[in-house]
Amino acid sequence: MTGPRVDGPRGRWVGASVPRREDPRLLTGRGRFVDDIRMHGMLHAGFVRATVAHGRLVGVDLSAVREIGGVVAAYTADDLDLGDIVALLDRPPEEFVPTAMPVLARDKVRFVGEPVAIVIGCDPYVVEDGVEAAVVDYEPLDAVVSEETAFAQQAPLVHEEAPGNVLLDVSMFDTPGVDEAFRAAAGDGCVIDLVSRSGRQNALPLETRGVIASWDDRDDQLLVQTCSQVPHQVRTLLARSLGMQERSVRVTVPDMGGGFGQKCVVGREEIAVAAAARRLDRPVKWIEDRREALTAAFLAREQRYRTRAAFDAEGRITAVDADIVCDMGAYSCYPFTAGIEPLMASAEMPGVYKVPAYRVRARAMTTNKAPTAPYRGVSRPQYVMAMERVMDRAARELGLDPVEIRRRNLITEFPYTGINNVTYDPGTYRETLDLAEGVLRDEGWCHLRDGATEQGRHIGIGYSCFSERTGYGSEAFAKRKMQVVPGFDISEIRMDTSGSVVVTSGTMNHGQSHETTLAQIVADRLGLDPGKVKLRQGDTERIAYGWGTFASRSATIGGSAVSVAADRLAEVVRTIGAYLLETRPDNVRLDGAGGVEQVDDPARRLSFEDIADVAYLRSHLLPKGSEPALSATASFDVAGDGTFSNATHAVVVEADPGTGRIRILRYACVEDCGVVINPKVVDGQCRGGIAQGIAGALFEEITYAENGEPSAASFIDYLVPTAAEIPDISVEHLETPSTLTENGAKGVGEGGTIGAPAAVLNAINDALRHTGVSLESTPVHPQSVLAALDSAAQEASNAS
Amino acid sequence: MKPAAFSYHRAHDVPDAIGLLSEFADAGEDPKLIAGGQSLVPMMNFRLARPTALIDLGTLRRDPGMRSIRRDGAELVIGGLATHREVELARCLGPEFEVVSQAMRWVGHLPIRSRGTVAGSIVHGDATAEWCLLALLLDAVIVAEGPGGRRQIPAGEMFHGYYATAVESDEVVTQVRFTRGASGAALTEFARRHGDFATVDAAVSLDADGNRVVLGGVAPAPIRVPEAEAVLAGGPAGPELFAECGAAAAEAIDPPEDAAGSAAYRRRLARTLITEALQQAWEKGGRR
Amino acid sequence: MNDRHLIELNVNGTEHEALVEPRKTLADVLRGDLGLTGTHLGCEHGVCGACTILLDGEPVRACLVFAVQAENSDIRTVESLSRDGELCDLQRSFSEHHGLQCGFCTPGFLMLAEGFLTQQPDADREQIREAVSANLCRCTGYQTIVDAIAATAAERAGTDTPSDPDKAATS
Repeated sequence: MTGPRVDGPRGRWVGASVPRREDPRLLTGRGRFVDDIRMHGMLHAGFVRATVAHGRLVGVDLSAVREIGGVVAAYTADDLDLGDIVALLDRPPEEFVPTAMPVLARDKVRFVGEPVAIVIGCDPYVVEDGVEAAVVDYEPLDAVVSEETAFAQQAPLVHEEAPGNVLLDVSMFDTPGVDEAFRAAAGDGCVIDLVSRSGRQNALPLETRGVIASWDDRDDQLLVQTCSQVPHQVRTLLARSLGMQERSVRVTVPDMGGGFGQKCVVGREEIAVAAAARRLDRPVKWIEDRREALTAAFLAREQRYRTRAAFDAEGRITAVDADIVCDMGAYSCYPFTAGIEPLMASAEMPGVYKVPAYRVRARAMTTNKAPTAPYRGVSRPQYVMAMERVMDRAARELGLDPVEIRRRNLITEFPYTGINNVTYDPGTYRETLDLAEGVLRDEGWCHLRDGATEQGRHIGIGYSCFSERTGYGSEAFAKRKMQVVPGFDISEIRMDTSGSVVVTSGTMNHGQSHETTLAQIVADRLGLDPGKVKLRQGDTERIAYGWGTFASRSATIGGSAVSVAADRLAEVVRTIGAYLLETRPDNVRLDGAGGVEQVDDPARRLSFEDIADVAYLRSHLLPKGSEPALSATASFDVAGDGTFSNATHAVVVEADPGTGRIRILRYACVEDCGVVINPKVVDGQCRGGIAQGIAGALFEEITYAENGEPSAASFIDYLVPTAAEIPDISVEHLETPSTLTENGAKGVGEGGTIGAPAAVLNAINDALRHTGVSLESTPVHPQSVLAALDSAAQEASNAS
Repeated sequence: MKPAAFSYHRAHDVPDAIGLLSEFADAGEDPKLIAGGQSLVPMMNFRLARPTALIDLGTLRRDPGMRSIRRDGAELVIGGLATHREVELARCLGPEFEVVSQAMRWVGHLPIRSRGTVAGSIVHGDATAEWCLLALLLDAVIVAEGPGGRRQIPAGEMFHGYYATAVESDEVVTQVRFTRGASGAALTEFARRHGDFATVDAAVSLDADGNRVVLGGVAPAPIRVPEAEAVLAGGPAGPELFAECGAAAAEAIDPPEDAAGSAAYRRRLARTLITEALQQAWEKGGRR
Repeated sequence: MNDRHLIELNVNGTEHEALVEPRKTLADVLRGDLGLTGTHLGCEHGVCGACTILLDGEPVRACLVFAVQAENSDIRTVESLSRDGELCDLQRSFSEHHGLQCGFCTPGFLMLAEGFLTQQPDADREQIREAVSANLCRCTGYQTIVDAIAATAAERAGTDTPSDPDKAATS
């Protein structure tokens, strides 16, 4: 990170597109991902997985497996005897049913791909031979694959303890005035009643899950090198499942090839591999292959909303009444539980709009599908889609412009406490909308859209307005009544004799550029070059406890913790500096160039090296009673309801009348994530997030046949979009600094993904405005688009 | 996703490859040729294909004939190991076979095209493979050599559906001859994602010596659609006739149904793609 | 049937020997036997392109080639791009344009671009985009990858910087 110093608007480094510290190693193939690590004597693991979606395990015969040359061991659940994975909420039984996820299936299998046995061998090829040789007998049961099958009378039960296949059923809000609002709207105004669905997706980090576990006699410790967003939670659960002291487990995370939420829950495979390594006293590696990743890793997103909304004649929303069903699949994930999605949706659904009355019921349904984890956005893409479709539909009913109806309903005064009892900190809800609209208008897109019909083209414009809570502190999470409550982050910072600092964080980079952005923050706080700041993450030995990276929390909470730690270190350095300069501490300040200077005589200066030299190597020169450590620790938690970033997305699409293909002609994002630490990184988060949102809106889905067989086991069937499908995207920033975080940053990890499906779906429906058809499910298949266009064309030709 | 075990053998020339195929088959093994491997290896990695012996034709690329791409009078002759990419970059095709080089951009992606072979694609016989459509469009003759000697398989007898072709398991395809040039020809296709196997693809030609309408993705094998070709013969070329031709094709076919599209959708795509392809072919100088 | 073959592979200009089962893919041999872990595996069925390498100058999927097939070929991996500890122009451009986030797909994109630009040095932005569509990236949304490659092409051609991405969205 040498080169000319770039002064960002908020500091020397914060606000500047500082080149990434991560890049050189990743560009030269010298990164270190889990699969790049080899250990002496290392074995490889693979899993025998269920081939039926729902069935009793009658017998697991591994004798043929063990006979294959190179296979070292093969274990069933009975062989390993591990504690189950149980994730809990503090909610009464009528609201939440606890269920257990065994590490290996025991009496029953609940989805195609569920691990039944683990095979250990000398290389992955042999292991796969072994996995093939396993003989598993099932007594098949009827599969539960949809709301219809799950909620039917006499439905088969995925978990016997969960009647009706419901794991969570919460009516979080039923405020006064809902029914009255609907009655009034039916008379004078309008009522929108829509059912929207989002397909089951895979978060799809390009690096699949993987882990290496090994026992170390000297450390008396199990070393687990895994690609996890939440190393400490892996440690906690591993220790419990294996019946070990937590200090006997060390979890480290090397470079990670993405996660997007799929890796923010603990995988049962991680535990099984650790148990096998412990038993065999050999390092064991497991790398998930793509077929497993598509069928048996944590999936996401499949939800159904019935949203009723009441509007007065001026287009002001007067009530929302939502019924939400989230298909969580076969198991509850740790630590978040199957409640995470329905609770998120219930708590946040009113979003950026002033909703005076709100009723919501949300359920977590269990089915014979791969279980889910909180994927980038976590219910917000879905409820934003529902609310934004409601806005467009109401605008249409009332003859209003879609932008105008949003203006009439957006929250514009802050702080604003919503009907959902959430207090929103200041944002630019209205301003981002105005700017986004301006982009489309000024570039002529509105004109093009309006004139398109005459030219036989089908062009539509769609908007989405949303905010996203990014600083979820423990107080905010506690409101969800989780028994394991994330929130704080801890950072420790140390300066060495060369004046360099090492800073730790409980967050976990998996592509977000933490090594660069957190270094920028520390560099500003200490007044030194970011090249002298080294971030260390992903090692449970380095800090007391951490919550990893999810929910866009790294810049907000992690960034705040490193800020406070850096400030505390600065204080230590200043104090020692003052003593050595023989002046009072308040007459000494950081000089911004890796040292301290005397306020009344800046020529009198000490570099950090000078101070560290005394502190460590000549500590007899320190003032009496002061400690030789140039280090500090800080924790940070966001108070109250936390901070919200916000954005408006504006999209122009064209529907092809011959194929139904949707082409995105223009995608504009105007966002406000508070203080931008590194503009290029923020742009990257926005664009990448939007690409994933487009993927959900137009391409990616895993469906399940009646027997529970998943539709996609390869990239032939699971349509991850390529550069040919994802358009260029413009990103514009507004900055409303958060007062709740140390740096004013609000977090930006998920916003793109949240806003994209709604904007794209609105644009598609706008392109189909003449057809009388509205599409409310994602992904939108071109054949649905074409059917709508064809039926309209047919009607038109009949009429003429 | 690691393949099952197999033994590996390098063929030194075509007779050697044929000999090895017979030798292993006689020994009760399941031998298979590998050239580019771009269809075979994914299936092996999924263990959906598990040959017990692989006979590598790679060395045969040293034989210039096996990788040559050349015009021979009215014909385009492509050696058995020429890659898609070599065809894409070849400059000798001439206007009669321009449709071939233009079709290459639809064949997978650059890295797949760089290794996959023309003959391999045709022998694989995917119902949507561009080469299979081109074979029907341009009256290809597939030259296969086996224990019984050399034989020439006309494209019309090549594709039996569901990846089955007329090439026997003991034969090596050494050449593909496209015997009919068509300067007024075009191939187009629809896939939800660029580079994927098409949901439906269409290849057409408008020529004095006859019109062709070929479709992929609407039957277990690529097919010609005589009903649509008849429409073309029945009127003056132009947008109206092309639309009528597309509609006739849509009516005539009985497409399958899967996640990529319903039967009705495939019919509709066939109509669109044929109409578009005919327009393109016309603009390129097809029959006026 | 599992008989191993002693093979010689020429990788990044160096001859290596490896004793391998025929079924071992080139990607696995590069990573496991030769320790060149820059080539990543993302799908093992030829779609994601994380394992893209150059084989005799052409970009190919190392997961779709058995190592035994690659004897007598010139193999180049991402480890060959930088010289004497200096990033090459393409690598620098990826960094300057933020063309990578997690970095897992990056070696595949670099090798794809390296092979493509050698064959088509005058490729325009749309041709680059089409070539780039061969590989999957889950982090960037591709725009900055296209930017990075277009800038390298322009730099190598001695022309000015490529088109502004925001403008490209409107054109």
